[in-house]
Amino acid sequence: MNIQIRNGRLVDPATDHEHTQDLFIADGRIAAVGVAPPAYKADRVLNASGLVVSLGLVDLSARLREPGLEYKATLESEMEAAVAGGVTSLVCPPDTDPPLDEPGLVEMLKFRARSLDQARVYPLGALTQGLKGERLTEMAELHDAGCVAFGQPGATMTDNQVLMRSMEYATTFGFAVWLRPQDATLSHGGVAHDGEVATRLGLAGIPVCAETVALSAILILARETGARLHLCRLSSAEGVEMVREAKRAGMAITSDVSAHHVHFSDRDIGYFDSNCNLIPPLRDIRDRDALRMGLIDGTIDAICSDHTPVDDDAKQLPFAEAEPGATGLELLLPLTLKWGREVGVSLAAALARVTTHPLRVLGLPVPSIAPGEIADLCVFDPEAWWRIEPGVLHSQGKNTPMLGMELQGRVRYTLVGGSIVFDTPS
Amino acid sequence: MNTDLQIDAGGKLQHLLTIEGLPPELLLRILDTARSFVSVAEREVKKVPLLRGKAIFNLFFEPSTRTRTTFEIAAKRLSADVVNLNIATSSQTKGETLLDTVANLTAMHADMFIVRHGESGAAHLIARNVGPHIHVINAGDGRHAHPTQALLDMFTIRHYKGGFNGLRVAIVGDILHSRVARSEIHALTTLGVPEVRVIGPRTLLPRQVQNLGVHVFHDMESGLKDVDVVIMLRLQHERMNGALLPSAGEFFKSYGLTPEKLARAKPDAIVMHPGPMNRGVEIDSAVADGRQSVILPQVTFGIAVRMAVMGILAGN
Repeated sequence: MNIQIRNGRLVDPATDHEHTQDLFIADGRIAAVGVAPPAYKADRVLNASGLVVSLGLVDLSARLREPGLEYKATLESEMEAAVAGGVTSLVCPPDTDPPLDEPGLVEMLKFRARSLDQARVYPLGALTQGLKGERLTEMAELHDAGCVAFGQPGATMTDNQVLMRSMEYATTFGFAVWLRPQDATLSHGGVAHDGEVATRLGLAGIPVCAETVALSAILILARETGARLHLCRLSSAEGVEMVREAKRAGMAITSDVSAHHVHFSDRDIGYFDSNCNLIPPLRDIRDRDALRMGLIDGTIDAICSDHTPVDDDAKQLPFAEAEPGATGLELLLPLTLKWGREVGVSLAAALARVTTHPLRVLGLPVPSIAPGEIADLCVFDPEAWWRIEPGVLHSQGKNTPMLGMELQGRVRYTLVGGSIVFDTPS
Repeated sequence: MNTDLQIDAGGKLQHLLTIEGLPPELLLRILDTARSFVSVAEREVKKVPLLRGKAIFNLFFEPSTRTRTTFEIAAKRLSADVVNLNIATSSQTKGETLLDTVANLTAMHADMFIVRHGESGAAHLIARNVGPHIHVINAGDGRHAHPTQALLDMFTIRHYKGGFNGLRVAIVGDILHSRVARSEIHALTTLGVPEVRVIGPRTLLPRQVQNLGVHVFHDMESGLKDVDVVIMLRLQHERMNGALLPSAGEFFKSYGLTPEKLARAKPDAIVMHPGPMNRGVEIDSAVADGRQSVILPQVTFGIAVRMAVMGILAGN
C-alpha cells in the first residue's frame, strides 16, 4: 500500500533536521521525501499539516501481562495501547507468569504478538530460571527464540556470585545484561522512598542506599566481567551520579528512567494515592531533578514507559498492599515532550530519548527519516491537549498518577512497516 | 486531598482520619466538648441521647481491647447502637476485600465506622469509598495515625497543665513504628507547644523526623531535661530482639523511664503512656504507679474525648 503523508513536520533525531515536507511510503519503506518517486500513486493520503512526523517510539519496558496475568491485561489490549501511544517497538520484560525463561514461552509470545500485526515485540529473557537468582537460563536458546538481552528485575538477585557468573555467561555470547539496581535486603518490606513523606504517612521506607549499594556491586562486577550492561529505572540523584562517573571512566554502559519518575516525586503520594506506588519508589524532588538532568547530559540514555497495567482491585487497597506500577504506553510520548519543553531541549532531542537512543541501547540499526528506511513512524499533534481519563486509554490498565491531569501531544497515526496500525479521525 | 476528605464544603468535620492539617480551633473545640462529657460518667445514669438511633460499627481489622472498648462505651453513653466486628478473624480470612466488607456494612445502614487496620492509609481508603452520610473515625492505621489517642493525650495535658503554651513535651521510645507518636507530634505542634522532643535510638527514629517540627535526642539525660510532659511509647515484643534492638534489657537501661531519669524533668512533670504498658521494658513500675503518672486518668478521659468526636461528627 502506498501512503503519502502530506505536509508533515519531519523531525529526525538521527540528523537533528527538521523540515516540512511530504513523505512517500511504498512497500513498507520510505520511498521518497519531498518529491514523489516516478509513477507513484498514493492509495491513501494522510494530511499531516500541523503534525509532527517522527520515527516510531521504542519503549524499553512495557509489560504486556502475557503469559499468565491476562486478568490484568491482554496482549490485544496492550498492543493496541502501544500503537495508540505511537510505540512501534517495545521490549517486554521477563516478569510474566511463568517468567520468560524458556524458549517455548518466548516463541509463543513472539508468535502471538506477530499475529496481531501491530508493534514489534522484543522479549527480554530471564537471566536466571524463574527469576529466582539461583540458576542460569539457557541464554543461547532463548536468544535464538528471539530474546534481545537478558534481565533480572531488581531485588530478586541476592547472590553476587550468581550475578557475576550470569554476567560472564551472557558476555560469552555477547548478550547484554539488563539490571535494575535495588538491593534486596536494604529494600526489604519498603514501599516508598525513605524520606519525609514516608515518615509522615507511616510507610516503610526504601532508602536511596538500596539503589547505590546494588549499583556499586553491579558496576564492579560489570567491570570485572566486561559485561555489556544496561541499567534500568534509575531513581536517585546518587544513582545518577554513580552512572555518570562510570561513563566518564569509560565503561560501556547504558541506562534508562521511567517517564513517571521524570515528572513525579514522593510528594505526589499525597494521602496514600496508590497510583503513586511504583517500582522503584518515587523519590524526592531533588532526585527527580537529577533524573531530568541526567537525561540532558546523556548519563541516562532513554525514557521508557515501564508500562505496568494493574487491575483496579489490586490498586484499591491500602498503599502498602496495593500492587505497584503504572500504565504508561500511551503516556510515553506526551510525558517525554513535557520533559523536553520543561528542560528546554529541542523537539528532536526530546524524541531521541524515545526513538534513536533506545534503539542504540538495543544494539539495533538506527534509522533516519530518509528514503530506503523502514517506515516505522509516529505522526502526532504536538499542540493537542488531552485529559488523562480511564475512558481514553486503550490499555486495560488505567492506573497512573496522571489521572485527571492534562497532557500536551497526542498521536494521530502510527505506522509499522509502512502499514497504518493506528488511526484517529482528526 | 486530606482536608477535603476530613472537612466538608461547609467546614464541618466529615471524618477524623489524621490530626495533620486540622485547624487548632477544631482541636480545641473537640477538647472543650469532651470536658462537658467528663461529668456524664459521674452521673447515676451515664447516658445522653445524642446519638440515639445511630448505628456505629467498630471495624477492627487488628486486635485491640482497650481502644475498641473505650469507643464502645463512648458510643453507648451517647445512646448509639454499637456493633463490634472483629474482622481479623472473619471475612478477611475468607478473602473478602476491605472495600467489599465496607460496602456490605454500608448496606446494613451504618452511620459511622470506627476503623482500626494494620496498614497505613486504610482509614483514608475507606473514607474515600463511603457515601456522604457515613462518618469514619480512624482508630489506628498501621504506623500512620491514631488521632483520638492524640486528642485524649492533649486533653490530659490541658487538664494537668492548664494549656499548651510554654510547654516542653518529650515522646520516648519507638517513634518509627508508632502511629500514636505521629498523631501526637501533629497535635502538639498544631496546638502551639513550643518544644516537642523525640527520644530514642537511631534505629527507632524515622528518616527526617525533625521535618515534622521536633527536636531529636538520643539520650534520656539531655532529652528529659526540664520537660513538663513525658509520653512513653509501647515497645512491641517483636522489635525487642533483632536488628533494631539487641534486647529489652538494654532498651530499658538506655530508654526505660525510671525515677532517676524522670528526676531530670521538671518536678511537676506528668508521665503518660498510651497503653498497654510493658513494665520493666519502657517504664519502671515505680514511675507507672508513681505520683506523676496520669496513665489511668488518660483512659478515663479517652471515653469523653471519643464521645466528643462522635458527637461532633454526627453534627451535634
